[in-house]
Amino acid sequence: MSENKTDALPLEYSTHQGQMNIVGFWIFLAAEIALFSTLFATYAVLFGRTADSPAPAELFEAGTVLIMTFILLTSSFTCGLAIHNMREGSLKGLMVWLALTLVLGLSFLGFEIYEFVHYVSEGAALGSSAFWSGFFVLTGTHGVHVTLGIGWMIAILIQLKQRGLTAVTTRKVFIVGLYWHFLDVIWIFIFTSVYMIGMVV
Amino acid sequence: MQLDEFFVTGEPLIYAGMVSIALVSATVIFLLTYFKRWKWLWQDWLTTVDHKKIGIMYILSALAMLFRGGVDALMMRTQLAFPDMNFLNSQHYNEVFTTHGTIMIIFMAMPFLIGLMNIIVPLQIGARDFAFPYLNAVSFWSFFFGAMLFNLSFVIGGAPDAGWTNYAPLAGSELSPGPGINFYLLGLQLAGIGTLATGINLMVTILRMRAPGMTLMKMPIFTWSTLITTFIIIFAFPILTVALALMTIDRIFGSHFFTLTGEGLPMMWANLFWMWGHPEVYIVILPAFGIFSEIIATFAQKQLFGYKTMVGAIVIIAGLSFVVWVHHFFTMGAGAFVNSVFSITTMMIAIPTGVKIFNWLATLYKSKIIFTTPMLWTLAFIPSFTIGGVTGVMLGMAAADYQYHNSYFLVSHFHYVLIPGTVFACFAGLIFWYPKMFGHKLNERIGKWAFWLFLIGFHLCFFPQYFLGLDGMARRIFTVGPEWFTLNFLSTIGAFVMGLGFIIFVHGIIYSFRFSPRDIEGDSWGYGRTLEWATPTPIPKYNFATVPEVDSHDALIDMKEKGETTFDRSKLKPIHMPSYTGQPFIMMAILFFASFALVFEWITLAVIGLIGAIVMMFIRSFDYDEGYHVEVDEIIETERKARRMTDDE
Repeated sequence: MSENKTDALPLEYSTHQGQMNIVGFWIFLAAEIALFSTLFATYAVLFGRTADSPAPAELFEAGTVLIMTFILLTSSFTCGLAIHNMREGSLKGLMVWLALTLVLGLSFLGFEIYEFVHYVSEGAALGSSAFWSGFFVLTGTHGVHVTLGIGWMIAILIQLKQRGLTAVTTRKVFIVGLYWHFLDVIWIFIFTSVYMIGMVV
Repeated sequence: MQLDEFFVTGEPLIYAGMVSIALVSATVIFLLTYFKRWKWLWQDWLTTVDHKKIGIMYILSALAMLFRGGVDALMMRTQLAFPDMNFLNSQHYNEVFTTHGTIMIIFMAMPFLIGLMNIIVPLQIGARDFAFPYLNAVSFWSFFFGAMLFNLSFVIGGAPDAGWTNYAPLAGSELSPGPGINFYLLGLQLAGIGTLATGINLMVTILRMRAPGMTLMKMPIFTWSTLITTFIIIFAFPILTVALALMTIDRIFGSHFFTLTGEGLPMMWANLFWMWGHPEVYIVILPAFGIFSEIIATFAQKQLFGYKTMVGAIVIIAGLSFVVWVHHFFTMGAGAFVNSVFSITTMMIAIPTGVKIFNWLATLYKSKIIFTTPMLWTLAFIPSFTIGGVTGVMLGMAAADYQYHNSYFLVSHFHYVLIPGTVFACFAGLIFWYPKMFGHKLNERIGKWAFWLFLIGFHLCFFPQYFLGLDGMARRIFTVGPEWFTLNFLSTIGAFVMGLGFIIFVHGIIYSFRFSPRDIEGDSWGYGRTLEWATPTPIPKYNFATVPEVDSHDALIDMKEKGETTFDRSKLKPIHMPSYTGQPFIMMAILFFASFALVFEWITLAVIGLIGAIVMMFIRSFDYDEGYHVEVDEIIETERKARRMTDDE
């Protein structure tokens, strides 16, 4: 509530409300971890229950998934650079790196949609078997999160353009940054426990 | 779709329900128009972000839901009063026990407690509102519209009928086609958004907005129980979100999570449901323990015995609540080892709970008890809840559970913990803090009548059910044989006595609204120990003109000794307040529309609604409303009036 500013802290932490928003978002991420854990557990339980549909090893391709992984990891790096520029006080640097993050996120989504369409054409869709239900809902939930993150970043870019670096806009950038890194961490788990194990077993 | 598929037809009781809904709605609209109160409704209530008003709306909604769930209960008890009754048919009976359970847990117990937390927690910690007042309004409206969606089902589309646990494959699309189960899934999903948001909101509020000097171990015990409850909410509710979403996708988009075909696993639903469901039980009982602890300390006029062990016990109960879920289906056949593990964790919960019971007794020991109504509810809770707890340990023994499972012994057990635990706490807390909400007390004489009727009715209703269960009467059966007549009939009488108790309680509210004296102190009972009683009654919108320094968990006792108040003229500063806004209401109304469309599988409409909700989030993102400040002059005037000061003070 209070507006007292402390100069020693970065701009996004400079108001009490800003600090509370950031703490609140960390707690929200804890809830998100619980959500994705449940999805991972569901996927693990349903692993191998493919009924008459193709097995994952027949469809998963190392190439596409590796490209997707590199794109998303790079986007996390560019997102980090955006925050770095923000801390340096460079609005232009922040917006450029954030826009680049957004483009990388979009290309990740493009690959994911291509991948899903490909699987469906090979006879592995949401309704094909318990395993594929688990696969599509787990990776799809991650994909929906990425989509929302992109829309959110666009809104924040517009606000940065309108208002520049203030306690409120920097806090918003910082929080969307936390969200973006979180999605990256989730993807690493998807990459290892879904794709790598799926290709081997 | 034909109109007769849309509305439920052919049931006289449901026609009566429709008529009463139409009549009540028409009356409300007429009264609002006649007294020109629409603007008041919108400006003072529907757009509010004030935690006290939101709390009141939670409690009013919860009381309405208690009525609806109670009517369901009385209908069931009427059907079971005599052997082979023809009051409800089997389908209708299934719907009634499903809605009774769901409404009582999700739309009555939880919102009632969240309502009390809304009002009391910021006051107990010396805060001026929640950390995120806007989000708090979003939470309330998501609960409200979720509840409305669920309640709509009995007149439109058909009520869910697979039990409040909604087990697959019965709840799947093959065995339960139609919108009924979709109402359950989406109503709970919509309300769940709000619960999670409230959990985060309260946690940040408690962690970051305490009065200076109030360390964690100096917080009032109700705030402690709320903090731990929010922890459970944050880790348990996402599991429900996923479970509901998976079953929705199963039913509407043809996936195979819980189906019998496509190698789905129906029992995974039971696991996911109870991985949320058991922590949920503690979400509704821990705040109740907190309320009882406050009331006992207040009316025993003593510091709470064993404050630190109380906190420890809450933390241990919360931790254990996540590792006992299998005890809800020992008979699934997970094997002796798994059942043994969960049996032991279940019985371990009795230890910290026992610690709490002894702490309460030790607080009461050699104290001067003031027998007010909230204290009566609290004193009745201790032995009644203990009976429920002991039978819970019996059920927790996996081998014995094969006998008790799915019988009325179980039904009686969970009513014995939920009613004396949660419902008594809701009544006790409401009566206890009522003066802080409405500026007048509830009539004690009427309150005592309501208490005794409810208490006697409760034991008469549920005690016989233990024996019915041991006699082999299964839960959820819709007719009883003659051998179970006597006990069932007693139970039905008890249920109606409870109903009478509730009516008298509501009568007490109306009576007190008209006749109770208004001119009361901030410390309305005269024995208050914590900061909520330091505020004047009625509470100003900013709560505390000046926030006091705290150095014990009975902050007000210290303040009384030092002669301090929350109005120190030398320390006044303008107070920042958030602006009221209609956005949360509109956003959730749109999501209600989207969910309703999805219930009937009208995908296009649902997508339009979802886009509308996202647009509302964008509008919120671009909203830079900074709120306003209450100036010092206004604070002085408000406080002088509320504290009834004379001019020279």
